[in-house]
Amino acid sequence: MLYETFILPFVEFGFMQRALFGAFMLSLSACPVGVFLMLRRMSLTGDAMAHAILPGAAAGFLLYGLEIVPMTIGGLIAGVVVALGAGAVARFTIQKEDASMAAFYLISLSLGVLMVSLRGSSVDLMHVLFGTVLALNNDALILIAMVSVMTLCALGLFGRALVAECMDPLFFRSVSRLGSPVHFLFLGLVVTNLVAGFQALGTLLAVGLMILPAAGARFWTQSVATMCLLSVAIGLFSSAVGLLLSYHASLPSGPAVMLSAGSVYFFSVIASPRGLLLSHLRRSAHRSA
Amino acid sequence: MAVVGGNGSGKSTLMKGIVGLLRPMSGTCSIAPGTRFAYLPQLSELDRSFPARVLDLVSLGLWPKRGLLGRHSAEDRQAVTQALLSVGLEGFEKRSIDTLSGGQMQRALFARVLVQDADLILLDEPFNAVDSRTLTDLIALIKHWQDQRRTVMVVVHDLDLVREHFPEALLLARRPIAWGESRQTLSAENLLRARQFGEAWDENAPWCGQQAHHLHETMIGHDGIAASPARGGM
Repeated sequence: MLYETFILPFVEFGFMQRALFGAFMLSLSACPVGVFLMLRRMSLTGDAMAHAILPGAAAGFLLYGLEIVPMTIGGLIAGVVVALGAGAVARFTIQKEDASMAAFYLISLSLGVLMVSLRGSSVDLMHVLFGTVLALNNDALILIAMVSVMTLCALGLFGRALVAECMDPLFFRSVSRLGSPVHFLFLGLVVTNLVAGFQALGTLLAVGLMILPAAGARFWTQSVATMCLLSVAIGLFSSAVGLLLSYHASLPSGPAVMLSAGSVYFFSVIASPRGLLLSHLRRSAHRSA
Repeated sequence: MAVVGGNGSGKSTLMKGIVGLLRPMSGTCSIAPGTRFAYLPQLSELDRSFPARVLDLVSLGLWPKRGLLGRHSAEDRQAVTQALLSVGLEGFEKRSIDTLSGGQMQRALFARVLVQDADLILLDEPFNAVDSRTLTDLIALIKHWQDQRRTVMVVVHDLDLVREHFPEALLLARRPIAWGESRQTLSAENLLRARQFGEAWDENAPWCGQQAHHLHETMIGHDGIAASPARGGM
């Protein structure tokens, strides 16, 4: 019974194996990136970036159809253009980054939707927006795996700088020249992970696998390393649960994965040591020195 | 050495110039190569909600020594523990930084400076919002650094504190007014000059540039400020 519900779908069907493999690889890299995104208060930037890659992917789609390589390259280019454009507006004018980012991504998103609908049907649009985790081909899996390995290497190498830069940017600038390079490297990681994620989950939900597990993990621990590990665990768990839900209840797979992660998030908000329930119960007890 | 002056007189700017966070618009700032410096800014950009322990915060001070990939050795950990002990925060290692009070945070930041083991220590208004006991402890630390032949530059507003504890003072009012032994630098006459200079806001002040450059030169030529052409518009 247990075996039939939880294991059999993955044994029996190749597409389920691929979906699980892809989602697992994505969780491994996107979740730690999400932790840093959250700690830098850039969660919404991640969201905006996810929308921003759409016109690039759409341009790839217009020119070559539903092919992974052109859509990926297009998405990367669009992501970098929007990140740099919004950053430049914020840096050289009076406008702050949140407003310029919002402006850029809205323009980008509408442009993308417009471009997809020029050629494709609404099914294609749904594919691009919500992903096709149940139809990942080899190219897509290889891309996701490469991005995953690259991200983990980069985080391993530059993790300490990233933490220092998040914790005390001014101090970090006074002891090291790595501040700006690390910031841009990090933005690059965000964009590549989003581009890899949007194959599986679509542009709208790619960012979800970054933010939701990280946001949930924040409630359980006070250490960055533990938070990263926990977010990965939540990501893996919700990928598996979401895929099973989607298989058994015939739900669309991307939203099913996201909603699983969302449930973990709500559970964390309420029941975790730093969540609503316990922090209210414990309010009276604190250390006196 | 204490750096003294009114708001906007250029104390923080001087420090940022030395650290290299700001580049001088004219002139140069030269630091002997190999000088290790530690800088504690006035408005720290420290994110207090960041999930880190006091230990992690103080360990940031190891960066100049260990950099990106160097392993933190047992000796380094010993140095961190020792630093926490010196600032009176022993036992706080595992406490998360969002639970610290203002004074405790300032102590922790001093511990980080200790760990940095710097030759030149720049502290921008480190005594803001600390109680008298913390103040005494921090002053003791600064004196200890002096005894170790480190150069310590501190921005201070409390002139009595400067006269009592700092051998040298630099008085700024958008340009150096006086520099030397504390009591002499902070003489009534110098302070008056600094005040006259201090808050002049001139709507018609000439733009910095060729013409202003000329004015600067004349200003330096004159001793008294009343004759300074820069105030001519008022």
